[in-house]
Formats: sequence, structure tokens, C-alpha cells
Amino acid sequence: MSLLEIKNLHVAIGEKEIVKGLSLAIRSGEVHAIMGPNGTGKSTLSKAIAGHPDYTITSGDVLLDGKSILALEADERARAGLFLAFQYPSEIPGVSIANFLRAAQQARMAEGEELDASAYYKRLYSKMDLLKIDRKFTSRSVNDGFSGGEKKRCEILQMAMLEPKFALMDETDSGLDIDALRIVADGVNTMRGPNLGVLLITHYQRLLDYIIPDHVHVMYDGRLVKSGDKSLALELEAKGYDWVKKELAIV
Amino acid sequence: MSQPLDTDTLETAAENPVVGIDQSRGDFKYDVNYEFDAGTGLNENTVRYISSVKKEAPWILDFRLKALKTFLDKPMPTHWATKDLENIHFDKIRYYLSSGQKPKRTWDEVPDDIKKTFERLGIPEQERKFLAGVEAQFDSEAAYSNIKDLVAKQGVIFANSTEALREHPEIFRKFFGKVIPTGDNKFSALNSAVFSGGSFIYVPPGVKVAQPLQAYFRINAENFGQFERTLIIADEGSEVVYMEGCTAPKFSTSTLHSAVVELVALKGAKIQYITVQNWANNVFNLVTKRGVAHEEAEIKWIDCNIGSRLTMKYPGVVLKGRKARGEVLSIALANDGQHQDTGAKMIHAADETTSNIIAKSISVGQGRSTYRGVVHIPKHLKGCKNNTECDALLINANSRTDTYPAISVRGDRHAVQHEASVSKVSADQIFYMQSRGLTEGQAMSLSVNGFINDLARQFPMEYSVELKRLIDLEMEGSVG
Ligand SMILES: Nc1ncnc2c1ncn2[C@@H]1O[C@H](COP(=O)(O)OP(=O)(O)O)[C@@H](O)[C@H]1O
Ligand SMILES: [Mg+2]
Repeated sequence: MSLLEIKNLHVAIGEKEIVKGLSLAIRSGEVHAIMGPNGTGKSTLSKAIAGHPDYTITSGDVLLDGKSILALEADERARAGLFLAFQYPSEIPGVSIANFLRAAQQARMAEGEELDASAYYKRLYSKMDLLKIDRKFTSRSVNDGFSGGEKKRCEILQMAMLEPKFALMDETDSGLDIDALRIVADGVNTMRGPNLGVLLITHYQRLLDYIIPDHVHVMYDGRLVKSGDKSLALELEAKGYDWVKKELAIV
Repeated sequence: MSQPLDTDTLETAAENPVVGIDQSRGDFKYDVNYEFDAGTGLNENTVRYISSVKKEAPWILDFRLKALKTFLDKPMPTHWATKDLENIHFDKIRYYLSSGQKPKRTWDEVPDDIKKTFERLGIPEQERKFLAGVEAQFDSEAAYSNIKDLVAKQGVIFANSTEALREHPEIFRKFFGKVIPTGDNKFSALNSAVFSGGSFIYVPPGVKVAQPLQAYFRINAENFGQFERTLIIADEGSEVVYMEGCTAPKFSTSTLHSAVVELVALKGAKIQYITVQNWANNVFNLVTKRGVAHEEAEIKWIDCNIGSRLTMKYPGVVLKGRKARGEVLSIALANDGQHQDTGAKMIHAADETTSNIIAKSISVGQGRSTYRGVVHIPKHLKGCKNNTECDALLINANSRTDTYPAISVRGDRHAVQHEASVSKVSADQIFYMQSRGLTEGQAMSLSVNGFINDLARQFPMEYSVELKRLIDLEMEGSVG
């Protein structure tokens, strides 16, 4: 049982404050969704938690099982059990997905320990079967010339292989047609379980038809302004983000 | 601003690469005076000393003395190359050291970081001592004579340059200094005056040498010498692969290395020449490499340059016969304080000749890479093809890369393709990999390995594995 706590987090890019005091606690087994309009700071939040060096945390804290992770480098946070599925994954020309994941696995092993190659491939292939990914896929260079759907599928495969404690999934649904969306959602659903906590970041309610969240939060202008269960997502879908804006104006 | 290479001398080589056979044969023996000290600096006595130690025939001494004059007469090529060349102090260099004179050093005196590097690269224990300059001669004689005996059964001559010029002048003299004339450039002239070490190989017609011939096994004192000279002749329809160097840093006291490598592929022959070198970063590495490919012959250079203060090296192929093929695949890695000035020359001198150049450079930190290429296809030819690709990868903002592709293609009966790219390892790319658990250093080496992957795959297995390890080390070291 693990716990990821975001406590009154403020994040700035350069001088500009983007995340303005955001708190959230996610337990293993839970799926939280954050919904919010474009430019509200969703990606900033996820990258700051993952440890992007360009994002300055001006105050607040992020704790994994009670310990602050803010002093850790991005790779240390990853090895501690965080995973970020990127909205815009980077391309790594010349490095196959299989080799990339192998290096990532190897990086998790103690110095001097060598990853068992055949066991690794066995595991890789079983995960690919589970996610209905073609065997040829992993010999392609990471994200190099991939379609939007392929990129997202590549993220899901990495997540399945790395088995994080917490996954931050940033608009994993964007740019996907309905078939691709279903495949990606199926993937997440198969990984769901008592050992995984998920923060699902999305602009649209659509994804939440396939991945049913336990909690839904609405993000606006760098803060969470509303929280509820999955019915909040439907309400938001029906009334639009202007509804949130109006409510906020009243408050 | 640098300028493209001058093609005049190459023209000459293309028109007349292997003629001018000298009929005078040497049977005169010099008395060897081992007490003679060549000392520092370069003059006629230095050259005479080297020649006498090697018991060379008079024509070789004569060749050397003429070369010395050419060397002294020729200006530094600083009109197109870097001014850093002016920092070579020719009068402070020792041009020849017999084994007894090699500086002695104990294992304890070898810096810790060098020792660590050997360990990380997995360099065998005995080789470490040689590479660190503790032992003057790596004991690879046994392995060397095994290979020599094995290929000798097929009629292959595989010997060091001294031995070969002495024992097989009828074969080697005809080609020696013909592919790369003494006056090709200042450094080929220098090498011609003071050369020592290097391999001479002759492969008889139709013989396909099964295993790659390595420079006396993996490493050898003479092949790591300052001025080695290599000549490979593949007779009609024969095939040979030659490998030199290794990825371990050569911890050297000398600061100038200037080799000359000549290849001759006669009709239908194939030569592949593979180099992986990693010089200490105080070394000027100025090497001239060229091959002549006759009708339907093929010459392929695989050249991998790491380390050194300045490397200038442009392997070339003179495509002399119809349907000859030439290829240069090169990788250069310039880390802080290093300048890799590398490239390729393809001189088309017959119809339907094809050439391919793929050059990849990596600049790290303040490291600087320069690509210089010459592709020359004269007007009177037809059906020639060239493909040139140069890709540069920059890591960290200060890195610098320049490309000077000189493609002179006359006439419209040829197919020429040229592509160049410069890419950066971006902060986002590094973050992406770090978010998967790779350290910054691991992320960088993965990017670099990905960048060279398609070329490295063509290397022999042991070289590509070593290369990968070396890149890991270089990248780890470059992370602040
Ligand atoms: N690297 C950056 N440099 C400067 N401003 C940025 C950068 N990334 C994001 N922003 C700004 O931060 C705000 C929030 O962006 P983002 O976190 O991407 O929002 P969302 O993911 O909710 O669409 C936007 O105003 C955007 O312009
Ligand atoms: Mg976003």
C-alpha cells in the first residue's frame, strides 16, 4: 500500500507561476482524474511531480510514502516508483523500444547485476500480448515517426513493463481515434489493481467512459476547484468549463 | 573560416596512382649502430639513423631523405585547416625510439582514471600494461605468428613494414608511396621520412582471407607507433579485412602521430579497413589514408575516431577502374578540448564507379567536429554515383560542428545525392529517458548509441561492444 501526496504545490516556469497551490492524495488502487481546460497547468503539474528541471517548485511538497521526493532527480523518482506517460513523448532515433526498456530495467538493478536477457524478452512479449501489441513494434526506434496512437501505445507498454507504484497519465487519450482509445483504455484497465495508483489527466470526459475513475477533480488556473466522483465528469461534460468559471466567479 | 580541401594533388593521384616503378634494387647493408641516438628534432641524421637501424636498402634511405626535404619545404596547411597545427613543435619531438629507449614507467605511476578506464572497458590485464606505457612491447607475438602462419599457407604475406620492404621488395616497392605520394601533404611527407612500424600485406589472386587480419593481433607496439606505415595489396579477385586499434585510450608520451595507409585493390578485389582509435587528449593525430580501386574492385574504410587534441583524417578512394566501388563509414566523437576534423575523399576516375560516404560526428561540451569531404567526378565520365550523408549530433550548447562538403561533379550523366543533418540531444529527450529511470549519463549515451547505431552495426562485434562501453564512459564523464 503506497501513498502519493501533493501538498499545496506551487510550480513556476521561469518567473511565471503556473500551479498555484494544489493538494491531492492518491492511494494505491485508486484512479483519480484531473479534468481542465487547455493551458490550466495540467502538464506542468505532471512534469513537476516527475522532476523536470525547468519547472521550479516554489513552495509545497510532494511525498511518496511520507517522504519528500523533491530533492530527487527525475531518474531517482522514476526508480522510486513514479511513471509519467507523456502528452508529447520524445523520439529517440536509433534506439529500439526493446533496447530502451532493457536499459530502463537494467538501471533499476543493483550495480554489477546483469539483466537476464531471455527472461526480459519473455516478460516483454507477455506484456505485449496482454496489450495486443504486434511483436514487430518493439524493434522500431522509440517514438521515431510514430503516429499519435502508436506513441501512446508505446507509453502504455513502458508503463506495463516498469510497473510503477504511481502513474501520471497526461492526456493519454489526446489524438486517438475511438479504436486506439479503446486499446489504450483496455491496457490501463488490465494494469489497474491494488498496487497501482493512477492520476489520469484529460481534457475530455470521453476517456472516462472507458477508464472509470474513483475520483474526479476539476483543475482551473493552476488549482483544483472542484472534486467529486465520476458523476462530476458527466456534469462537466454537459455544462462545459464555463460552468466552472461561473461558479468560481460567484464564490 | 576554413575552406574545402584542395583536390589538385588528388587529381594527380587519380591519374597516376601506381606508376613510376623504380628498378634499382637494394642489396646494400648498413652497419647498425645501436648506440646512435636520434635525439629530439628532425634532420638528415635522424632519418639516416632510422634507416640504418632498420637495415634498409639504399633506395629506401633515398626515399626518406627526399621526403624529409619535401616535408621541410611544405608549409602547414593552415590556409584551410586549423591554426592549432602551429602548436606542433617539431624540434621537440622524438622521431624514433628503439625499444631500449622507450620511457619507463611503473604501474603505480599510471593515473588512477586511466586504470579505471581500462577496467571499465574490460581490457585484458596484459594489454593494460602495454597501453599504459608500462611495457614497451605487448606480448602478442605468439598470436601474431599464428595468424601469419595460417594465412601464409594461402600465400598471403603479412609482415611489418621493415620486414616486408627488406624481404619482398619485388612486391611492395611497386606500390609503396604510389597511392599516397610523398608530397601529398606535409604529414605524408613527414611519415615518408621517418616511418616505422605498420603492416604490409599482400593477398594473392583469388584468395579470400577468412578471418580479419588484425594489427599484430589486437595491439602492438609498432602499430601504435607514431609514424606507422601500412600498405595492403589485394591481388585480382582476392578479399581481405584488416583491423587496427582498440577503444582503450592510448596513454602516450608522444604528442604527434602521423600515419600513412595505402591500399591497392586490383581487379575485382575487396579490401575492408577498420580503425578504432582513442588517443589521449594531448595528441595530434594527422593521418593520410587512401586506396586505389581498380576495375570492379571495392574498398571500404570504417573509421572511428575518439579522443586526441586534433585529428585530421580523410580516408579516400581513387576509383580507377570501371565499376569500382568506394565507401567511407566514419564516426568521430569530440569531447571537451578535442577537435575531430574528419571526412572522406572520393575521386572518380572511371565510368560507372560508385561511392558512398556516411559520416557521423558527435560533439560534446566544448568538443568540435568538422566534416570535410571531396567528391570529384570529372566531365568525361558517365554513369557514376555518389551518396554522401553527414550527420552531426550536438550534446550541450557549446558544441560546435562544421560541414565542408566539396562535391565537384561535372557533366550530367551522374547520380549524386547529398544529405546533411545536425541534431541536438534536447533537454526534453534527456528528461524523457530519465523519467524511465535512466541517469542523465545513461540517457546521453543511449542517445549517442542510437545516433550511430546503423553504422556501429556494420562493425565487427567486439568493436561495436567496446565502442558502446566507451561511449557510456565518455558520456558519464561529461555529466556535471
Ligand atoms: N516550457 C514552458 N515555458 C513557458 N511557459 C510554459 C511552458 N510550458 C507551459 N507553459 C505555460 O504554462 C501554462 C500551462 O501549460 P500546461 O501545463 O501545458 O497546461 P495544460 O497541460 O493544462 O494544457 C500555459 O500558459 C503555458 O503557456
Ligand atoms: Mg497538457
